[in-house]
Amino acid sequence: MASAAPLDDAVVRRIARLARIRLGDEEVSRLRGELGAILGWIEQLNEVDVSGVDPLASVGQATLAMRADVVTDGDQTEAVLANAPARAGTFYTVPKVVE
Amino acid sequence: MSYIIEGATGPWELVIGLEVHAQIISRAKLFSGASAEYGAPPNSQVSFVDAGFPGMLPVINAECVAQAVRTGLGLNAQINLVSRFDRKNYFYADLPQGYQISQFAHPIVGKGEIEILLESGETRQIGVTRLHLEQDAGKSLHDQDPALSFIDLNRAGVALMEIVSEPDMRTPEEAGAYLRKLRTIMRYLGTCDGNMEEGSMRADVNVSVRKADEEFRTRCEIKNVNSVRFVMQAIEAEARRQVAVWESGEAVQQETRLYDPARSETRSMRSKEDAHDYRYFPDPDLLPLVIEQAWVDGLASGLPELPDAKKARFMSRYGLPAYDAGVLIMEQATADFYEVLAEGRDGKIAANWMLGDFFAGLNRLGRGIGDSPVSAAALGGLLDLLADATINGRIAKDVLEAMMETGEPAAAIVESRGLRQVTDTGAIDAAVEKVLAANPDKLAEYKSGKQKLFGFFVGQVMKAMAGKGNPALVNDALKRRL
Repeated sequence: MASAAPLDDAVVRRIARLARIRLGDEEVSRLRGELGAILGWIEQLNEVDVSGVDPLASVGQATLAMRADVVTDGDQTEAVLANAPARAGTFYTVPKVVE
Repeated sequence: MSYIIEGATGPWELVIGLEVHAQIISRAKLFSGASAEYGAPPNSQVSFVDAGFPGMLPVINAECVAQAVRTGLGLNAQINLVSRFDRKNYFYADLPQGYQISQFAHPIVGKGEIEILLESGETRQIGVTRLHLEQDAGKSLHDQDPALSFIDLNRAGVALMEIVSEPDMRTPEEAGAYLRKLRTIMRYLGTCDGNMEEGSMRADVNVSVRKADEEFRTRCEIKNVNSVRFVMQAIEAEARRQVAVWESGEAVQQETRLYDPARSETRSMRSKEDAHDYRYFPDPDLLPLVIEQAWVDGLASGLPELPDAKKARFMSRYGLPAYDAGVLIMEQATADFYEVLAEGRDGKIAANWMLGDFFAGLNRLGRGIGDSPVSAAALGGLLDLLADATINGRIAKDVLEAMMETGEPAAAIVESRGLRQVTDTGAIDAAVEKVLAANPDKLAEYKSGKQKLFGFFVGQVMKAMAGKGNPALVNDALKRRL
């Protein structure tokens, strides 16, 4: 497996923007180092030949538990809105987001 | 059928693909026990899972999985016994988790196809790439306050099927026919109500243009178009825009656009620049979705008769042409109405009356088959009077109009208005004599060889008899007399 291109500051800033995290200049260079080290470790994992091995989805329960199609929840508007930073009536409100 | 845009540099062909979001009919949401019903007070149908509270875990609703499988079977598609959920990451105020649980790499349904019917009577197969399960987002209201958006999470977490087509369509008409057929299939199956106005079925439209025999060029995606008519208009507007861009020497940029029906144009949504960087990864809260073939087989055996099968049966059992059968099966209620009407009667005559005068009458009243003032049995009563020659075809049209207005049965209208067909040859002969006596000039012209005046005399005799003459007997009487 060829090694990935080294991270540059622009990539770090883009990842931060997608995650809505504001970074200062010195944070960018520190995270460039940390993220680079994580990617290096993943690259090391990529060296293992896993062809013919099924992916391991979980080490715990083997199958996805399913639920019957029955209404068992809801009708708790005040509890749901209890931590809302802002509300109007029973709506959450946020600064206007519109095209 | 080809649809070509003639540009300054020659003809351009359209390439269209559709992504349809269809809300699944279920009582509870995809991963929580909150109600999925439409129209409740804001935030009254929200569980802590839907609101993205820390530590809450999703548990999948078995019925939503069944609905996706039924839909896949209805699309003659491959059902994947193992599928998986991924997180699609993006930030928006009505998406409290910060991600949508979706199926990216391993959808529950793979390749299938939909047969569409065009106005010309032709049919075409349109490929379905995949169908996957995902959560709907909440709803933002932007018109309640000048500075704020209001958020209602009742819809957050409701189960959706995203159904992606191959880029197989070449005309706006084909895209419209695809959407209508998909809606018909889902309504038959009871998996989605297909109501585009209420947003329970929404379409994203991918459009590109190219010269004949070229590879695909860059496409644009028009988001969230909410009616079949707007989908067709948006495609035309966007294709014309792209032709103009290419012909001006520029290149079409891949982007997300919005359709503005008021101006019939599409506009760029620049804020979605990063929208395609969703950083999908497998949802660690959910194990792979594994279903059994026996369970799928059980669902398959419980399916109703599907539109294509019904169409084939209508053609063979009632002798209908493909186009008529295709129109009759579009809505289950229409197909059911037709079957009652055609039972024990001539299937073709029944279809002609239903698709012709009956539908025209409903249109005039602004009604549908569900609230028609004339039931299938009542319309059948009219056809019986026609079949046993109690009335003729001309009068039958008038009787149907009266039935649509009054809701009275055909026989009562015929009796009370004296519309029985006149088969008394004495009365017919008398009318013939009267017409000939009144038109000596025309009679002379006819005698001197102007044969096509025969139709004129038929018309005059029928008029003299208030339309009630038996057309065959009137013809015979005139032939004898002339």
